[in-house]
Amino acid sequence: MKRFVIKEFLHIFRDIRSMVILFGMPLVQVLLFGYAITNEVKDVHVSVVDPSHDQVTTAIQQRLFASGYFLQGEVLYSQGEIEESFRKGRNKMVVVFDDNFAQKLERREIPSIQLIADASDPNTANLLVNYANGIIAGYNQSMAVSAGGPVIVPEIRMMYNPALKGVFMFVPGIITILLMLVSAMMTSISIAREKELGTMEVLLVSPLKPLHIIAGKVMPYVLLSFINAISILILSHFVFGVPVNGSLALLLAESMLFIVLALSLGIFISTVSNNQQTAMMLSMFALMLPTILLSGFIFPVENMPVVLQWLSAVMPPRWFILIIKSIMLKGTGLAYFWKETIILIVMTLVFILASVKKFKIRLA
Amino acid sequence: MSEYAINCIGLNKRYGKTQALDNLSFSVKQGEIFGFIGPDGAGKTTLFRILTTLLLADSGTASVAGFDVVRDYKALRKILGYMPGKFSLYQDLTVEENLTFFAGIFKANIKENYYLIKDIYDQIAPFARRRAGKLSGGMKQKLALSCALIHKPVVLVLDEPTTGVDAVSRREFWEMLIRLKKEGITIIVATPYMDEAILCDRVALIQHGKILVTGTPSFITGAYPWKLFRVRSNNTLNLISQLKKHPDIHSADMFGEYVHAGTEHGKLNTEAIHAFLEASGTVMTEVSEIPAGIEDCFIDLMRKENE
Repeated sequence: MKRFVIKEFLHIFRDIRSMVILFGMPLVQVLLFGYAITNEVKDVHVSVVDPSHDQVTTAIQQRLFASGYFLQGEVLYSQGEIEESFRKGRNKMVVVFDDNFAQKLERREIPSIQLIADASDPNTANLLVNYANGIIAGYNQSMAVSAGGPVIVPEIRMMYNPALKGVFMFVPGIITILLMLVSAMMTSISIAREKELGTMEVLLVSPLKPLHIIAGKVMPYVLLSFINAISILILSHFVFGVPVNGSLALLLAESMLFIVLALSLGIFISTVSNNQQTAMMLSMFALMLPTILLSGFIFPVENMPVVLQWLSAVMPPRWFILIIKSIMLKGTGLAYFWKETIILIVMTLVFILASVKKFKIRLA
Repeated sequence: MSEYAINCIGLNKRYGKTQALDNLSFSVKQGEIFGFIGPDGAGKTTLFRILTTLLLADSGTASVAGFDVVRDYKALRKILGYMPGKFSLYQDLTVEENLTFFAGIFKANIKENYYLIKDIYDQIAPFARRRAGKLSGGMKQKLALSCALIHKPVVLVLDEPTTGVDAVSRREFWEMLIRLKKEGITIIVATPYMDEAILCDRVALIQHGKILVTGTPSFITGAYPWKLFRVRSNNTLNLISQLKKHPDIHSADMFGEYVHAGTEHGKLNTEAIHAFLEASGTVMTEVSEIPAGIEDCFIDLMRKENE
């Protein structure tokens, strides 16, 4: 057993590919997701058509461009120019003011503001319009207040992620995906490799029991994946300021549970695949995509069609994401997610049992 | 323990439409080196995998060292030494790490059993820190043999251990097997090399999953039914077709630059063949009478079987 574990460590440390996947990928992924892949909007060019050019339109523009979301684009004068500026990609949104804006207000008429957004990227367009709407509404209210009228101002608080930082949402997801990928893929490939290279033949003709072989394979990855999880946490905490509001020990314990689950899934995959290629494909398609798409990491589970919701219920990552979000962001304890934890434990046992059962004591 | 180290009765194994083993029976005595000679696809690997508990036969029984290969597979796996046909060590581990690993999984003590592998392992010891994948073919096989021996197996199963190995290493490898035999280890070995066959105590010629003949090498060559001549000419192909035209010549087969011609006993001598070939206009350099080798017997038996 001891020898077996040492051997596995040697395999991992001597294979550059394994090392890169184990340690390089988590780093790159966290930084990538943290910095580049974010759905916040910042510094977007916005152009203005302002035929009135009075104190009201100027004040609104000042508010817009002081918000930090928008950068002052060009000043346009006609409909034709608007279209052209979109086509050339010079701005993402154009704010069109009515003419005689201030005068119309004084006359108690309602002047119009038109927000024209480039919806070739619908998400961004939506965000831009919402931001601009909010800013204009804010101006409206402050004007109404200064005019002395009663105004109802809703106060909004975004719980657990007040700044609505994308990173907060991504980090739990990334930890989940990486643990899943690294643990499941690496173990399934490493067992499949023994089959492919014929060393499994020699291992079988030895006193080693299936459980020995499986445990020997898993142990190094338990340790390495755990180190991985910790380094992702450290990275996301110190670089992106993601908080750990709940108990750190609980977070690590749950991560450990998930790692063991992913590893047993990896072993299960390897018992049904005979070479590294199959193992790789299986873990990629059977694990990666569903993890990303169905776990609620990117698309909310509640919005999925019922069939997909069921499918998502059998995805281990879905439950784990719930758990670590609760611990990290909400700071809640086991009382709030014991059900999810039990689901994970049951899934682990099922996979381990299935793989010990399916593990072939003979060839073919 | 029974008198036989290995005993097989009526083994059958079928892969789809191919009959890999066809009602195969044989037995190997304790402390014997038993060779399986046959072309690729004859069923040697299938047979060895059944003996090493890796495959189940469709029917028939086999026991190794008194253990049934199906029922007692756990006990058997402790006392077997197995070298598969494909190089099956960890290429990314060093020579030393491979040996330690295999000693470890068999719970064997390297120091205690070192005397068994000393002769071959000493040759690769200078490269102890080299990755197994970077060794030459001969050294790989020596390492594989060391790893298969380190737990002092009762029966050693070697599937084409010398295929693709240079002549010197092959000879050293066989010297080693003969020493192991003296330690009382029973060895069964598959080989495509006829020159290795004569080093076995007994051999079995195998084709299409059937054993054509079993016996000591001298018994098999002694049973060769023809009188054999070795002929050489500068045009071997033409020589073969010429020889086949003679009514008393039963067979003419290429052996490197020579042709071996099997003839009816008491019908021909070197002069007669000389004369016959000269008459047919063949430019020919040499005719001599030779004793039959294992390969001649094998070709002859195969031909009979195919007819």
